[in-house]
Amino acid sequence: MRYVALTGSLGCGFREESLAAGVAAGPAFIGSDSGSTDGGPYYLGSGDWIWADAAYERDLRLGLAGARRAGVPLIIGSCGGGGGDDAVTGYLDLVERIARGEGWRLRVACVFCEPDRAVMKAKLLDGLLLPLPGAPAIESATFDADGHIVAMAGAEQIEWALATGADVVLVGRCADAAIYAAMPLAAGFEPASVWNAAKIAECGAAAAENRSGQDSLLVTLDDDGFVLEPLDPALRCTPASVAAHTLYEVSDPYRLVMPSGVLDSSAATYTALDDRRVRVTGGTWTPAERYTVKLEGSAPLGFLSGFWGTVRDPMLLLQLPQWCAAVEDRLRSRLKEVASGDFQVQLRTFGGRDVEAVLVVDVVGQTQEDASAMARAAYHVALHWPIVGWSGGSVTTFAHPYSAPVVDRGPVYRFTLNHAMVLEGDEPETLFRTTVEEVG
Amino acid sequence: MTAERVQRLTDTFRLIRSKDAGPFLLTTDLFCHDAATLRRVLDAGVVTPATFGDLYGVDPASVEVHVVESIHAIKVSFPRPVPSGELADDDITGGQTYGPLVTLLAASSLGDGRTP
Repeated sequence: MRYVALTGSLGCGFREESLAAGVAAGPAFIGSDSGSTDGGPYYLGSGDWIWADAAYERDLRLGLAGARRAGVPLIIGSCGGGGGDDAVTGYLDLVERIARGEGWRLRVACVFCEPDRAVMKAKLLDGLLLPLPGAPAIESATFDADGHIVAMAGAEQIEWALATGADVVLVGRCADAAIYAAMPLAAGFEPASVWNAAKIAECGAAAAENRSGQDSLLVTLDDDGFVLEPLDPALRCTPASVAAHTLYEVSDPYRLVMPSGVLDSSAATYTALDDRRVRVTGGTWTPAERYTVKLEGSAPLGFLSGFWGTVRDPMLLLQLPQWCAAVEDRLRSRLKEVASGDFQVQLRTFGGRDVEAVLVVDVVGQTQEDASAMARAAYHVALHWPIVGWSGGSVTTFAHPYSAPVVDRGPVYRFTLNHAMVLEGDEPETLFRTTVEEVG
Repeated sequence: MTAERVQRLTDTFRLIRSKDAGPFLLTTDLFCHDAATLRRVLDAGVVTPATFGDLYGVDPASVEVHVVESIHAIKVSFPRPVPSGELADDDITGGQTYGPLVTLLAASSLGDGRTP
């Protein structure tokens, strides 16, 4: 079985020639990951998409066209970035718009990954939410907060969506590798090879040694291993580049924990077939005793306004921490005079004492208006706060390049969950809602 | 720290980098040129849970060190002192976490560069 990993992140692009070469190779499906928590809690919390609509539309239109030419499904995982339900619906609208414009008729399966909050609360009480490393403390109220809580789907939910005969599968939050494991597992390929290949494929051609931006990767599974080939003829995968890629942005280089089991790739071997194709064999897959899905949550913290400037006075540079603490202290009482509601204020400096330091001041309020009012008040307090050593007149403490200096940053969020939720009985099916519709 | 000591690290390391591994973990990768340079780094005794605990203000018991012999690399992962996106976080992707590590390595015997 062959498949094409379109790009490491839908909306980040790929070469049209690479996709054409992938389609010509006769893939069983085309996939693309679209999600990430790398950019912080904003995307899951707000539901906003990471990249521009036009960037997603370009990649989706070409991906859909390629999948139609090949006569195979297109699987997109972690819609929008955060993978909330609204993003899945948003991608469905986008697919429908493209299908109408092109005169295509498409069967689209959507997998929604925001479980019933009451179910998650009950799991907490039953001790079926297991904290993962670094997990924050949680309580029942964690599940009442605004924002979004998603459960990461595995290969199973995607397999079931494919079984509806879908031309397109749009998945909310899912494990990146699940996109590339679902169809090979359903076809009976050996799980260790399937997951090891999927783990590498989820970043597209990023495993190439001379990558320059995002592009597509061709994966060919055989009886006891798989072959990786970048679809740009100028790119080369080497045993070293592929092995090095398995370390990228994971805490453990060998273990990949999925809902249904754990991949251990420590015994994998990487062999060059030629100067740009690598064959991988080995690794073990241990099925899990209990089916678990990872929960991610992001809840609103408030609205942020802030400003920044540069401190160049050597006298002030000598006393920055104390000066910042004194300003913060004053602001905790002053800001209440210009706005209402709970707030947080933070002064930070970046840079050395030798030449200059950048001062960053952030205020989080309960509304944007409050945050903005407080940040503008904070600007004036900080700008003229005394510098110990100078006396006899008012001082101006930082340079700033913009008029007006205060920037309203909009809503801000925080990650609230990093837990494995144990599922029982038919919950792997029922907790994820799947819909199927014809569009175009 | 002299610029020379930092630059001499390239005698030993091909790449030192860092990244988030989800919102609550950070990971740093140290890629050496070959088995001999990996051995030299391990023998220098600076890439340890204690070093990372001090450098990043985390419990050494929570620091995982993985030696990946096949590609002459060391991966060190640990919980983020401040989770991604909290008000006090100043590096959402964790992409510059490795800065202080480079300074520390340059100040160690590894900053002497290629040994005869």
